[in-house]
Amino acid sequence: MSYVLEINNLRTYFFTLRGVVRAVDGVSLKLRKGETLGIVGESGCGKSTLAWSMMKLVPPPGRIVSGSIKIDGIDITRMSESEIRRKIRWRKISMIFQGAMNALNPVYKVGEQIIEPLIIHGKMEKEKALSIAANLVKAVGLPEEILERYPHELSGGQKQRIVIAMAMAMEPDIIIADEPTTALDVVVQAQILNLMKKLHRERGISFILITHDLGVVTELSERIAVMYAGKIVEYASADEIFEKPLHPYTQALIRAVPRLKGDIHKLEYIPGTPPDLRRPPPGCRFYPRCPRRFEPCDKEEPPLQEVEKDHWVACWLHIRR
Amino acid sequence: MSIYQIELGEEILRVEDLKVWFPVRKGLLDAILGKPKLYVKAVDGISFNMREREIFCLVGESGCGKTTTGKSLLRLVPITSGKALFKPRKETLEKLERLGVTPSDGGWVDIFTLPEKKFKPIRRDVQMIYQDPYGSLNPRFKIKDILEEPLLVHGIGGSKEERMELIMKTLERVKLTPASDFVDRYPHQLSGGQRQRVAIARAIISNPRLVVADEPVSMLDVSIRAEILEVLLNLRKELGMSYLFITHDLAIARYICDRIAVMYLGKIVELGDAREVIAEPLHPYTKALIAAIPDPDPKNRIGYRYLPIKGEVPNAINIPPGCRFHPRCVVYEEAVKKGTVLKDLCSRKEPPLADVGNGRKVACWLHEAVRKAAGVE
Repeated sequence: MSYVLEINNLRTYFFTLRGVVRAVDGVSLKLRKGETLGIVGESGCGKSTLAWSMMKLVPPPGRIVSGSIKIDGIDITRMSESEIRRKIRWRKISMIFQGAMNALNPVYKVGEQIIEPLIIHGKMEKEKALSIAANLVKAVGLPEEILERYPHELSGGQKQRIVIAMAMAMEPDIIIADEPTTALDVVVQAQILNLMKKLHRERGISFILITHDLGVVTELSERIAVMYAGKIVEYASADEIFEKPLHPYTQALIRAVPRLKGDIHKLEYIPGTPPDLRRPPPGCRFYPRCPRRFEPCDKEEPPLQEVEKDHWVACWLHIRR
Repeated sequence: MSIYQIELGEEILRVEDLKVWFPVRKGLLDAILGKPKLYVKAVDGISFNMREREIFCLVGESGCGKTTTGKSLLRLVPITSGKALFKPRKETLEKLERLGVTPSDGGWVDIFTLPEKKFKPIRRDVQMIYQDPYGSLNPRFKIKDILEEPLLVHGIGGSKEERMELIMKTLERVKLTPASDFVDRYPHQLSGGQRQRVAIARAIISNPRLVVADEPVSMLDVSIRAEILEVLLNLRKELGMSYLFITHDLAIARYICDRIAVMYLGKIVELGDAREVIAEPLHPYTKALIAAIPDPDPKNRIGYRYLPIKGEVPNAINIPPGCRFHPRCVVYEEAVKKGTVLKDLCSRKEPPLADVGNGRKVACWLHEAVRKAAGVE
């Protein structure tokens, strides 16, 4: 089985004046070609840092401390910046950054912004780049004329489509989408998610969808990784995560979301707050808030183990020793 | 029925034909050429009422006017026209009478027409919780100062000791316990959920009758939202206040609200029991809104989501004639294709929000009750 992405024991820390923040602290996951992955977690769990690590764009004072990230079998953590620019970034893996639609340059036409990477990275003539840009905007469901517009003339949904088109420009295998619909209204959100579905099906793009919204993640993801305090606590198919969640955190998260259909159950919440990632608790990081903690939890950290086929969980309740 | 539903009391608020129009600044050229004045019609003629202990929800997309409606009840936006009859608590009424306000029969006062000085007692009765707990608390105030301020402004609690006692009691009410751990802290020392509870405590410490809660949980993490909703529900049970709950999240509305009103471009298009409206929407816009929401279900990824709506929300300056939803309405599109009479109505005449039975109201020409109410056939 070939993996398009293989992350092994990745650690990305931020070296701040007030201490070392262990934003991503030993994450491992594998993604098969053409699969879509959802990474869910609450604010501060490290999901965006994980995404930046995969692009090797962790902003200082953060850096990848250890571990490996293999894209198509090549470990990008050992590559030089110029090599990554030439071979990996935008070509193999690209990213839709959170809030990117508000980062479009207001003084350039949309078309000029889309062709920039094609000219710089793809070494193309302007005319050829423009014809590719025209195809790209059509692929994301916009009229060609939009290339002549400025960002302020576009609606939020249109801007987000442009950002997706830009991520697709160099035909990468993987596109990371960090909260791609968070600032959008539900109708526009549904349109954007439909578009991403279509691109996945028709072009085989592997999306990695990073979100805090359990509803949004089910729209696209075949596999789901649940993150808590810098670690993946559960990693399985979307069906298993929702029908048979094993980690108490995953279970609690699912029961905390109100539904639009069916009976109304009393919502549950998780008491307490996530730990300070400068001083994470010993043992399992969820232990202080866990309703099912028992003897080994505060002493030893549970590893992420495959407890059933393709179902990984990091919890002493399920780990076989 | 909501698992939290409780018996509602008397009517306390009647909003009638509220309009909030913001003037658009004209350029010099437009002024010279005498072009007509333009307005952003944020709220364009809405009416609703609320009862004691009721949680009434305004839902809609951004820019539909739900927040402006909430703010208008605290007079935080200039009102263009309309009435908001409010029934204050007895003590507030007495205060108002001392200021020379004569309430109408049954103790109603119009929030919008009171002179500013005579409005102050009402501010104690109508409070607001904002969306952003990081921006709504003064970072230089300790928690006790934040909570003492409304007491000082409204002259509640005679002595410092009495005020402190009330502050402690209120902190416990919002489950910030032990309260003594929190009074001397600053907002930055608290988590988002704790801050939002301080914001709630500040709103309820004056024992208001009506609380406008503007997206009170949308900035919070999923795992703590339920806790905040529970605090709000317990407070209504203990203190009997009503909430005007503003949200874009229909699942939350279904969970905690008694009734909901769906807004589109400054108008209420549908109103009724929260569970009934969501289970069986009548207005094409409500249907589209519900169809668009991703309920967490892994089967969602299998097909594309069908969205019975076209185009994008028009600008609130140039509101379409007739039914303001008709350019996006799939039922209208169908009617044009088939050439039915409906198409002339939708594009020319604005449908009224009419009663269709069981306390359900809808503003769409598809419904006979609406056509009858407007006297058209």
